[in-house]
Amino acid sequence: MASMRDIKRRKQSVSNTQQITKAMKLVSTVKLQKARTKAEQTTPYFDAMYSTICSMLAKAGTVNNKYLKDNGSEKKGFIVISSNRGLAGGYNSNIVKMITGGDYKKEDVKLYVVGHKGGDSLAHKGYEVVKDYSPVMEAPIYADAIQICNDVLNAYAEGEIGEIYLVYTHFKNTVSQIPKLMKLLPAEIDEDDVANASQSTALMNFEPNEEEALELIIPKYVTSLVYGALMEAVASENGARMQAMDSATNNAEEIISDLSLKYNRARQGSITQELTEIIAGAEALN
Amino acid sequence: MADNTFKISIITPERVLYEGDATMIEFNTVEGQIGVLPMHIPLTTVIAPGICTITEPEGVKKAAVHSGIAEILPDHVTLLAEVAEWPDEIDVERARSAEDRARERLANKAEGVDVLRAEVALKKALVRQDILA
Repeated sequence: MASMRDIKRRKQSVSNTQQITKAMKLVSTVKLQKARTKAEQTTPYFDAMYSTICSMLAKAGTVNNKYLKDNGSEKKGFIVISSNRGLAGGYNSNIVKMITGGDYKKEDVKLYVVGHKGGDSLAHKGYEVVKDYSPVMEAPIYADAIQICNDVLNAYAEGEIGEIYLVYTHFKNTVSQIPKLMKLLPAEIDEDDVANASQSTALMNFEPNEEEALELIIPKYVTSLVYGALMEAVASENGARMQAMDSATNNAEEIISDLSLKYNRARQGSITQELTEIIAGAEALN
Repeated sequence: MADNTFKISIITPERVLYEGDATMIEFNTVEGQIGVLPMHIPLTTVIAPGICTITEPEGVKKAAVHSGIAEILPDHVTLLAEVAEWPDEIDVERARSAEDRARERLANKAEGVDVLRAEVALKKALVRQDILA
């Protein structure tokens, strides 16, 4: 049996850790609430953007637009959104798995990463990281999404990459965050939505004409998707961390109660032993 | 409410800037300035940096709208702006220094300067100062 002092020391260290995890949980709960409201505020913009795109496609068809057609390049660009900090349970490794578990050839993958954790582990696995936007993750704003999209769309326009994907964690609710892989370009718009839009906005006019307008609007659409994903990722990260820290606190609680039991037993053992020694000593003297 | 009003919403990625009934809205598009009254033909157009003036029955409101798209329907106008702000949110000092920076870049035309970007930045800075003037 371990000595009383060892047990006591270990108990102290676990309870210190528990204090930290408890504090981290509280912090991420507050951050989560903030991030969540922010993520919800992006929805109206995105919805309006999506319906506009649908009505434009309904009117213009998939005419010669560089963003809607295959440009022949084999390479695939991935915008990967993970976090800068760990201790968030499976949050980052789930994102990494979306890429490593997918059916992509390593040579064909070009990464645009946001977040050190995901970026570093993918780079370590031998994927090519074209650009790292990690500092963005601290407090993403719309200008950051514009910056990322500019770089990716330029690469797309120049034929360096033929497809653009977005990998992020969808924030379903506080206890459930789902890693998601989404194809950005060539744009895939639901046929049904386009058909619906064509009925309601048959008379829509465009200025400049459909094709030019579409060319200006698709980048904005992609940017709004990336921005939405950044916002959701922040919420998901904090949600995941909150859960991880909650279960860490609970585990610490369990270990502490286990150690208390052991400590008390050891204390009792040592008292009994001392008593026996004293009694034995007294008897020897008699 | 008289039937000569229509709904206007200005939405940015960060928030809903404005939502309400108005009699007229004016803003800049890449094709030039336009003013929209109720019952306008359906039109989708691309916004250029400029001052957006909303005429409500109770008065006039102004906002700086920098880029985005506008969807005009007979009874509803939606401005999807990437950046939009009310005059009281604008920092004049910042706009001035942005103007100087952009002008300097355009004047030097040094290598690696994105002329288009500098022009847009200059326009934005000017709009921000205009609306406060």
